[in-house]
Amino acid sequence: MAGKPGEPRFDGRGGKWIGASVRRREDPRLVTGRGRFVDDIHLHGMLHAGFVRATVAHGKITGLDLGAAREVDGVVAAYSAEDLQLGDMVALLDRPPEEFTPTTMPILARGKVRFVGEPVALVVAKDPYAVEDGIEAAQVSYEVLDAVVSEETALAEDAPLVHEDAPNNVLLDVTAFDTPGVDEAFADGCVIELVTRSGRQNALPLETRGAVASWDDRDEQLLVQTCSQVPHQVRTVLARSLRIPERSVRVVVPDMGGGFGQKCVVGREEIAVAAAAKLLRRPVKWIEDRSEALASGFLAREQRYRTRAAFTPEGELTALESDIVCDMGAYSCYPFTVGIEPLMAAAEMPSVYRVPAYRVRARAITSNKAPTAPYRGVSRPQYVMVMERIMDLAARKLGLDPVEIRRRNVITEFPYTGINKVTYDPGSYLESLELGEKILRDEGWYDLREKNPYIGIGYSCFSERTGYGSEAFAKRKMTVVPGFDVSEIRMDLTGSVVVTSGTINHGQSHETTFAQIVAERLGVDLAKVKLRQGDTERISYGWGTFASRSVTIGGSAVATAATRLGEQLCVIAAHLMDTRVENVGLDGDGGVIQLDDPSQRLSFEEIADVAYLRSHLLPKEAEPTLTATAAFDVPGDGTFSNATHAVVVEADPGTGQVKILRYACVEDCGVVINPKVVDGQARGGIAQGIAGALFEEVTYAENGEPSAASFIDYLVPTAAEIPDITVDHLETPCAFTESGAKGAGEGGTIGAPAAVLNAVNDLLWHTGVQLEQTPIHPESVLAALAAADREKAGTGA
Amino acid sequence: MTDKQLIVLTVNGEEHELLVEPRWTLLDVLRHNVGLTGTHVGCEHGVCGACTILVDGEPVRACLMYAVQAEGCAIRTVEDLGTPEEPNDLQQAFSEHHGLQCGFCTPGFLMLAEGFLAQEPSPTRDEIRETVSSNLCRCTGYQTIVDAIEATAAKRAAESARKEDAVR
Ligand code: FES
Ligand code: FES
Repeated sequence: MAGKPGEPRFDGRGGKWIGASVRRREDPRLVTGRGRFVDDIHLHGMLHAGFVRATVAHGKITGLDLGAAREVDGVVAAYSAEDLQLGDMVALLDRPPEEFTPTTMPILARGKVRFVGEPVALVVAKDPYAVEDGIEAAQVSYEVLDAVVSEETALAEDAPLVHEDAPNNVLLDVTAFDTPGVDEAFADGCVIELVTRSGRQNALPLETRGAVASWDDRDEQLLVQTCSQVPHQVRTVLARSLRIPERSVRVVVPDMGGGFGQKCVVGREEIAVAAAAKLLRRPVKWIEDRSEALASGFLAREQRYRTRAAFTPEGELTALESDIVCDMGAYSCYPFTVGIEPLMAAAEMPSVYRVPAYRVRARAITSNKAPTAPYRGVSRPQYVMVMERIMDLAARKLGLDPVEIRRRNVITEFPYTGINKVTYDPGSYLESLELGEKILRDEGWYDLREKNPYIGIGYSCFSERTGYGSEAFAKRKMTVVPGFDVSEIRMDLTGSVVVTSGTINHGQSHETTFAQIVAERLGVDLAKVKLRQGDTERISYGWGTFASRSVTIGGSAVATAATRLGEQLCVIAAHLMDTRVENVGLDGDGGVIQLDDPSQRLSFEEIADVAYLRSHLLPKEAEPTLTATAAFDVPGDGTFSNATHAVVVEADPGTGQVKILRYACVEDCGVVINPKVVDGQARGGIAQGIAGALFEEVTYAENGEPSAASFIDYLVPTAAEIPDITVDHLETPCAFTESGAKGAGEGGTIGAPAAVLNAVNDLLWHTGVQLEQTPIHPESVLAALAAADREKAGTGA
Repeated sequence: MTDKQLIVLTVNGEEHELLVEPRWTLLDVLRHNVGLTGTHVGCEHGVCGACTILVDGEPVRACLMYAVQAEGCAIRTVEDLGTPEEPNDLQQAFSEHHGLQCGFCTPGFLMLAEGFLAQEPSPTRDEIRETVSSNLCRCTGYQTIVDAIEATAAKRAAESARKEDAVR
């Protein structure tokens, strides 16, 4: 198929590579144990590091003695904050003091500790076992202070202060969209009121965090190999903290065993380890162990919403009001700040529904718990849960079917600018809802539910803003504004292509999907394309992978670079074939042809031969070599993927355990580049959403001791708990990404808690109890069922 | 504390003379001393299964065993199954069914399945699911891992039936 350079030869669909479930490029090494994860890196003379961590949640450090640790056999060095003198990590919002209180995060605790597990000192030794011996020998004493462990203790009159300069322990307090009509709607509408809570969770990549740092005297450069979703931001913080130029830091990301957001913030440990490597002039490796990861890794999701919604008797939503409190733990993460959860929730809470009037207050409180990072979905699992509970409760109150009330409120005309001033690009909200319902009806689940009182049906209908560009992020008022992505593409003499991206694959299959995009654009075989990512030396700047941005933004940058390379190939080929550039095009098979005489063809190899080895034959307008670069940013408010999840659950009347009988996902992420990959993202995301709905939670004792120190206490679902899940695709192409694709990374996680909670409440309705909290504890389900049974027995007697 | 012992481990059919501390786990010694990093560390307390290897044919958590305990045993790791150019049928099935995303858990699941299928060549889907539930994966939601093992079992059964036919 011939095409003009610069014009995509497809509208995104129906190409040779786009839309094909091609086998993943990353698999051959990963299934044979030949991947290279950070702990697989071994350098000559390498030392190992570990952290002395706070054993109290809140306390003044009254003594820190590393003398005995330094004496331990095998220990090479031990450092406190004073020894390393590193600059603090500072993440700021450009908001007035009444909205935002800036705080800083020291690399190692100074003077005071604010959560159990906070790094206090660093021990470096010849092997990891000696590191543990050294940590044990370190002596730290504390004057224990009262710990802030809940919203109640944080906001109490005489609460202990986590940060002395943050009165009331409130770091962010924003009231927004106080639009006219809110009070009027509540005065004469059908009002639903509810308080919802979600437990604190760990994103839990199976590979814990870790880094290997080494100093290179020849390059005058620190090489930090670290499993990070944001290598350039690690570089920026490292350079600032160590007070060295950015050129003196190179961050390389090897294979990464998952991240889910936990690795998209800069870790204090990677900075401390790099500082040690620079001081010692020896490679130093740090690998977080699981108990550290559980107790002191970045956590997420502990939120409380107090919400009111008003409806007309016909079930039309007329107003929404919510008070949101997010417990962000001890520190503000870089670069997102403590605003990450509350600001996301406030901006996007109206979800897929038409909300004529809206008022929201969103707060970030600080507590003596491990700090928060963005976790897959960021606040959307929570506010979607609220909105979907509201729909179900209103349906019950008004005698409407849950699907019907959603049908009456869901946005159907696009682009739609909401009360929250966000413009939603076209999606298939209603279509996904109707298909979800049809699946359950056709399969007979409604009939089964009639017969079995322990079976419940639940839905969630939602959208997900993906590919936040810099314009969308700027609205948050972060002083560091993520958004664009850049790409460089090179073709060599063999017609093979290396393309770089500022995004980082850690399970999302970029090596495959990005290669599909390039292969399609350039018309080369997939095997000819190699993606390189995760090296700050290969690309000027990048924002990494988070917020489902990779294919939308990174993929578009890659596509644009490929298009430019195609143009160059055409310019050279036209000159060599002695015809006008308008008369040539890519042939989709690794060559350029004349449009008026397709038998006239030059292969990419032949063109490359001239570009590199016989550049005297090049036309004036072409430069030697074959490279192109491109930057891409998503304009405006970004693009919205959407989905409906339809779930059937059964409660065990004996144990209260909830079992998922059927899980159907109908999703729309625009043009699907690789269906298998999208299905995988959906299923994996849903599994994490189910984990939050039914199993996982880190709780804290009154003294701030976390409950989860091992997989014995933190219940990660296994194959016995996660059901088979069907994924149906609708395709509403994105108008402004290069491939028509929208992001697909987070939706599964977003929709699952709401759908599961609704299904459980559906079966509990007759008991008079409704649960508004995740995880759903079997005891709560059992208690509700038992109370209803007792009542029935009582009435019968 | 650092008294070392000389041991001989047989890994993937090859003998390795190693000087180890008694407290070193088999997992650490395989990764750091033998240099086979395909076996991964996910928890070091016996729950995640990322470190699953075969010891005398049995799936074992390498983090729960000391290296000194493994002398005289036949140890198999993921590196023994196949190569990137020639992956074995199970490895191919994992790839075909998208049974891996980040791939960190994959060696553990592969060794678990390899040991399981040797003992139970024609398992039901439920039996596979139950076995798979002894390891953790954070990316896939497990379904495609079950699919891959199920497909491998079916394929192996068909092959052995064909071989039996040929003998008859
Ligand atoms: S590392 Fe051995 S079971 Fe987790
Ligand atoms: S593929 Fe990532 S943990 Fe299983």
